[in-house]
Amino acid sequence: MSAHHGPAKGLMRWVLTTNHKDIGTMYLWFSFAMFIMGGAFAMIIRAELFQPGLQIVEPEFFNQMTTMHGLVMVFGAIMPSFVGLANWLIPMMIGAPDMALPRMNNLSFWILPPTFALLASTLFMEGGAPNFGWTFYAPLSTTYAPDTVTFFIFGVHLLGLSSIMGSINIIATVVNLRAPGMTYMKMPMFVWTWLITAFLLIAVMPVLAGAVTMMLMDVHFGTSFFSAAGGGDPVLFQHIFWFFGHPEVYIIILPAFGVVSQIIPTFARKPLFGYDSMVYATASIAFLSFIVWAHHMYTVGMPLTGELFFMYATMLIAVPTGVKVFNWITTMWRGSMTFETPMLFCIGFVFLFTVGGFTGVMLSLAPVDFQYHDSYFVVAHFHYVMVAGAVFSMSAAIYYWLPKWCGKMYNENMGKAHFWISFVGFNLTFFPQHFLGLAGMPRRIPDYALQFTDFNTMSSIGAFIYGASQILFLFNVIHTIMAGKPTSEEKTWEGAEGLEWTVATPAPYHTFTTPPDVK
Amino acid sequence: MANVSVNSSITKTVGKLSIVAVAMFAFVFVVMVPLYNVLCDVLGINGKTSGERYEVVESAVDLSREIRVQFVATNNDGMPWVFHPTQSVVKVNPGAVNDTVFFAKNPLLNDMVAQAIPSIAPSRAADYFHKTECFCFNQQPLSAGAETNMPLQFIVDQDLPDDIKTITLSYTLFDVTAMVNPQAAIAKR
Repeated sequence: MSAHHGPAKGLMRWVLTTNHKDIGTMYLWFSFAMFIMGGAFAMIIRAELFQPGLQIVEPEFFNQMTTMHGLVMVFGAIMPSFVGLANWLIPMMIGAPDMALPRMNNLSFWILPPTFALLASTLFMEGGAPNFGWTFYAPLSTTYAPDTVTFFIFGVHLLGLSSIMGSINIIATVVNLRAPGMTYMKMPMFVWTWLITAFLLIAVMPVLAGAVTMMLMDVHFGTSFFSAAGGGDPVLFQHIFWFFGHPEVYIIILPAFGVVSQIIPTFARKPLFGYDSMVYATASIAFLSFIVWAHHMYTVGMPLTGELFFMYATMLIAVPTGVKVFNWITTMWRGSMTFETPMLFCIGFVFLFTVGGFTGVMLSLAPVDFQYHDSYFVVAHFHYVMVAGAVFSMSAAIYYWLPKWCGKMYNENMGKAHFWISFVGFNLTFFPQHFLGLAGMPRRIPDYALQFTDFNTMSSIGAFIYGASQILFLFNVIHTIMAGKPTSEEKTWEGAEGLEWTVATPAPYHTFTTPPDVK
Repeated sequence: MANVSVNSSITKTVGKLSIVAVAMFAFVFVVMVPLYNVLCDVLGINGKTSGERYEVVESAVDLSREIRVQFVATNNDGMPWVFHPTQSVVKVNPGAVNDTVFFAKNPLLNDMVAQAIPSIAPSRAADYFHKTECFCFNQQPLSAGAETNMPLQFIVDQDLPDDIKTITLSYTLFDVTAMVNPQAAIAKR
C-alpha cells in the first residue's frame, strides 16, 4: 500500500474504513447526533417543568425522558465524542501512523449506531422506553420495569463491548506505537489522560456488564440477586452500579482535563505549568475513584464508619483536582493571553468546573448530603461538571483542532457568540437549580409545588437558550467545512506545541508513516 | 508499521488487557456479591438477621432490665395473604427464651407458598437478636383458604447495648409460589 493512497470513494469508504481519522470523524458526528437527540429529550423535560402542573407530557413519558436523556448523553454523546477525539489525535500526537488495531477500531464504532437505534426504538414499543432513571436502580429496573428493559440490557452490553475494545485499542497504541524518543513523561497531557481513562474503562465496564447480567437473570431466569423475596438485596445493586458509576464520571471528565491542558498553554503562550504534577494528579484521581463509590448512597443506612470512610476518601479527591485547577490558572498567570473561541471555552470550563467541584465537596459531606440527596441540588452539581466540564471542553476541542482537520478556518465571531450564548444559557439553566434543590425540590418529578415556579421558569428559558446555541455550533461547523476560509498553515495557532501541528494542514489521510524523531 | 516486533508486542498488550476485562467481569460475581453478603452478615448491617437457627447457650437471664420487642408484619406488593403478629409488643428480659406466633391466612382459591424476610431496627441490634425457631427459616406453604399460626422463638442477647430499649422486628411476606411447586410443598408438610 502506497503512503499516498487516498480514501476510497463512496459510502463504503465509511463502512469499511480502518483509518483513524475517518473513524474519529464518524465518532464525532455520531456523538453530535446523539447530543442533539439527548438535548431534544432535555427540551421536553424543561418544557414540562416550565410551569407547575402537567401540561405537555404524561408522567410515565416524563420518566422515560429523564432516563433516555441521561443514557444518551452519557453513553451516546460524551463518551463517543472523546473516543472520536482520541482517534483523531492520539496517533498524531505520539507520531504513530494509525491506531494499533484498526479493524477493531472500525468494529467498536459500528457497534454504536445499531445500539442506539435499538435503545431509541424502545420509545415506540408497547410499555414505553426504560423509565427507571439512567442509574436503573433495582427493583425499579427489575420487578417494576417495562418489558423493554431487556433491550436496554442488551444495549448496555453492546456499549460495554464497544468501550472495552476502544480502550484496549488506545492502550495498545500508546504503549507500543510512540515515536522514538517519545517517553511517557514527554507525552501530551491529552494522551496521558486518555491512557488513564482507558484503564478505568477496562476495569469498570465489565462491572457494569455484570450488573446488567444480574438484572437479566433476575428478570428472566428466576435468580434473586436484587430481590429480597429470594434472599437478595436491592442495596447490592447500588453498590455494584456505583462501583462502576463513580469511575465512570472520571472516564467522562479526565479526557476533558486533557483537552483543557492542551489548549490553555497555546493561548497563554506558556508551557503547561506543573506537567509532572498533572500526570500524578490524574493518576491519583483515577485511583481514588475506586474507593469512593458509596458517597452516592449515604442514605441507604450504612454504618457510621462506612459513611466516614467514604466521606473522607471523597473529600480527598478535591486535592488532586485542586492541583489541576491551580496548574491551569498558573499556566495563564502572566501569560500573553488571547481569547479565541477555544480559549474562551477553556476559561469557562475552569471557572464552571470549579463551581461544580465545590458543590461536589458540599455533597461529599455525609450529614448534609441527607438533605441534598435526590434533590435538584444534585442535578445542578452534575450538570456543572458534565456540561460545563465535558461539553464545554469538547466544544473547545472542536474549535481548536477543526482547522487542522479540514484546512478551513471557522468563523470566529460565530464561535464567540456560541460561547457567550452557551455560557449565559447554561448558568441560567443550572444555577437556579441549586436553590431549587436546597429548598427541597426532588429530581425526576414532572410536577412541583408552586413556590418553585420562578426558578423553574428561569431554568427552562436558560435551557432553550443553551439548546439554541448548539444549533449555532452545528451551523458554524458545517459552514467551516463547506465555506470556511482555507488555511494551510501547519500551526493554526502561533502558540500551539506538539506533533499534530507539524503535519500539513489539512491533515493528510496518512500521517507519520515514517515515525518522527522526538527530541 | 508492519514491524514484526511491534506487532507481537501489540498482541501481548491486547492479551493482557483482555484478561483484565474478563477478570473484572468475573470479579462482580465471585467477589463482590459474596463479599457483600459476608460483610452484611459480619457487621450486622441492613438489619439482616441470621437466616440460621441460633444454638442456645446456657446463660443467666438478666432480670435488671426489660426490652420492648415490637413486631411488624407487612405484605410485599401484590401478596394477598392476611398476615399479622398475635401480639404487637412484648417485654422481655435479655437472656430469656421467648415465644410468640404470627397469624397467616391464604384467602385465595389456589395453593400458595410464601417466604418471610426479617429485618431488625435499629440495625445495630441485629447481632443481639437470636432466633432459635422461626417461620422465616423455611418457605411457608398454605393450601387454598387455609390459615396457620407460625411460631417464633427468640432470645435477646445479654450483651445488647444499654441504650437500646426497643427493638422492632419486621417481617415482609413475599409470594414465592412462582418459584416452587405449591402442591409438592404442601405435601411435604
